Amino acid sequence: MRSLLYLCTALAVIGLAAWAYRENHQTQQAMNEQRALEREIVALNDSIRIQRTEWAYLNRPDRLRDLVDVNFERLKLVPITADHFGEIGQIAYPMPEHHSDVVESIEVFGAIEHLSADNSEEDAP
Amino acid sequence: MIRTPLRPLARVLKARETGENPDLIERENRRLRQEAERDSARTRAEGRLLALALIFVCAVGVLGARMGLLAATEPVAIARGLAEDISSARAEIVDRQGRVLATNLPTHALYAETRRMVEPGRAAQELARIFPDIDAERMVARFTDPNRRFIWIRTRLSPEQQQAVHDIGEPGLLFGPREMRVYPNGRMAAHVLGGARFGQQGVRAAEVIGMAGAELHFDDRLRDPAQLDQPLQLALDLTVQATVTEVLEGGKRMLSARGATAVLMDVHTGEVISLVSLPDFDPNDRPAPPTEGEPADSPLFNRAVQGYYELGSVMKTFAVAQALDEGHVTPDTMIDTRGPLSWGRFRIRDFRDYGPELSVKDVMVRSSNIGTARIMQEIGAEAQQDFLRKLGLLESMPLELAEAARARPLLPERWSDLSVMTISYGHGMSTSPLALAATYAAMVNGGRKVTPTLVKQNRVPGGEQIISAETSAQIRQMLHQTVQEGTASFARIPGYPVGGKTGSADKPNPQGGGYIKDAVLATFASVFPSHDPRYVLIVTLDEPVDTTGAEPRRTAGWTAVPVSAEITRRVAPLLGLRPVRMDEAESALAVRH
Repeated sequence: MRSLLYLCTALAVIGLAAWAYRENHQTQQAMNEQRALEREIVALNDSIRIQRTEWAYLNRPDRLRDLVDVNFERLKLVPITADHFGEIGQIAYPMPEHHSDVVESIEVFGAIEHLSADNSEEDAP
Repeated sequence: MIRTPLRPLARVLKARETGENPDLIERENRRLRQEAERDSARTRAEGRLLALALIFVCAVGVLGARMGLLAATEPVAIARGLAEDISSARAEIVDRQGRVLATNLPTHALYAETRRMVEPGRAAQELARIFPDIDAERMVARFTDPNRRFIWIRTRLSPEQQQAVHDIGEPGLLFGPREMRVYPNGRMAAHVLGGARFGQQGVRAAEVIGMAGAELHFDDRLRDPAQLDQPLQLALDLTVQATVTEVLEGGKRMLSARGATAVLMDVHTGEVISLVSLPDFDPNDRPAPPTEGEPADSPLFNRAVQGYYELGSVMKTFAVAQALDEGHVTPDTMIDTRGPLSWGRFRIRDFRDYGPELSVKDVMVRSSNIGTARIMQEIGAEAQQDFLRKLGLLESMPLELAEAARARPLLPERWSDLSVMTISYGHGMSTSPLALAATYAAMVNGGRKVTPTLVKQNRVPGGEQIISAETSAQIRQMLHQTVQEGTASFARIPGYPVGGKTGSADKPNPQGGGYIKDAVLATFASVFPSHDPRYVLIVTLDEPVDTTGAEPRRTAGWTAVPVSAEITRRVAPLLGLRPVRMDEAESALAVRH
């Protein structure tokens, strides 16, 4: 009985040691991975920042103004003033698109006299 | 410890006499002894259990505390150079729409470790070829100096220069990573941003610390590791700032002014949307502070914040507002304006004769010094000081710039009755354009005090009520009238009703005593749209001259007002203001009155 208990304990210790070793190893691996990721984040952040800076530099007001001046012939951009605002009533409604409910129509020739006669009867007071 | 014998002789003898069994005594004593042993064993076991439990509690407690600490620490942005003792990281600064105003770029510094150098002579020659300002002979001397082991050569390199240095192939020339502060918009908002420089330097990193302006004021915030990935958002609008700078630069050139400044502020929140001071500088390459001449002429000088000047008639608004608010007058009260008004040796004159009397409204609209002085005479020195103190004009106006706290208004040493009168029309007391913007905002926004701020605000702070809402409405109407029919008629622009007050102040002689002839500081304080003010714009020109007429004109109505009008015309649509018809604006003003 007692020897069985000892055996179990020894096995448990071996098992725990193996588990601890594995955990340790995995932790170290995770830490390495984290360091690599951090390096990558730093590098990516740097490149994002460089591109943001370049974007800001290319869009600096001085340069945009010069570009507007250089391309005035083509773009005709002028500073926005009060004249560029309009009333909502000045905007034309879109033209209604022509829809027909009739599908697969065929051309028919003939008189429609009685139809117009019916209508005129109805319209009469 | 005295051990009780199992068979004490006395009791055994006694038992034998009485015929009892002495074994019983022995058994009794044995039992007692066993009980005592059992008790002591139990306490010892209990103690051990307790100790063990304590150890476990401590261990679990330590684990728990560590977990708690890990969970509670603020997340830190991953950035370059954080792991070292010297942190080179610094948060970005963006404008109110998120456009970059200041950011960092990775770069490298160049240094030499002389013990590792192979060919110091050739290295020095090559370096002199790459950097024309390096003297090869002196560099060789430094490289071969046995007392030196370490030499900084350059604090920052461009990628091309770095490649060129790399191509020398000298193992003693080494690169240290650096962060470089970059202002992509160049001179734009230079006075707000200030500039940055390297602080403590190490091989692997160097601190980037603020030098002036917002960079210095927010230095701790910008370098706080927990807030590195959140940019500092200013209230400034880059587009508006660029437009204001462009127009102001043009105005300064056309009117050959020595300097110019403009402040555009939200009247409700006190946010500074634009702050321009000319001449300006490039914060990427901040010039050294001047060692000679007038410091106010240096491009580093922020005229809007540091420039406390006598601003002239723009101050009349405060005198009239106080008189209206305290019930001394109504807009239609007639004021005696016969001149000159003598006070001892001193005479107060008007720019031209306005006849025997004017209504309070016309005193503002025509800008009568005599009229304002007479109104203020009734109020007196103490009430005047109280009112100006409430407005915040008696001390430096706060703003999140390192320079703001250092400049203070100049006040009369003795607040005499004469001072009361001259201050009422803006002489004898100095004010900065920024302070003027904040106080005009309070005049027209319904009477609430406004604290200027450079940081974007998400809500309207409820400031102290300085004047009543009715007085504020009356002031709005008077400012509107001044533009419509008074001294600031050039400020009439289509679509946007503007209200404002001009001020043309003679510049005091720096050598002391009196004023310089023909040197005028022209100011225009305006609000728009005048029926429901959203923004206040202060434009100040230093010694402008309009030479388009037969004789040179220096008053604000001919100089600061047209410049300010052009700024408003260009900027109002950018701020998202819809143009209104003038009759709509006038009826809105009349209803409120």
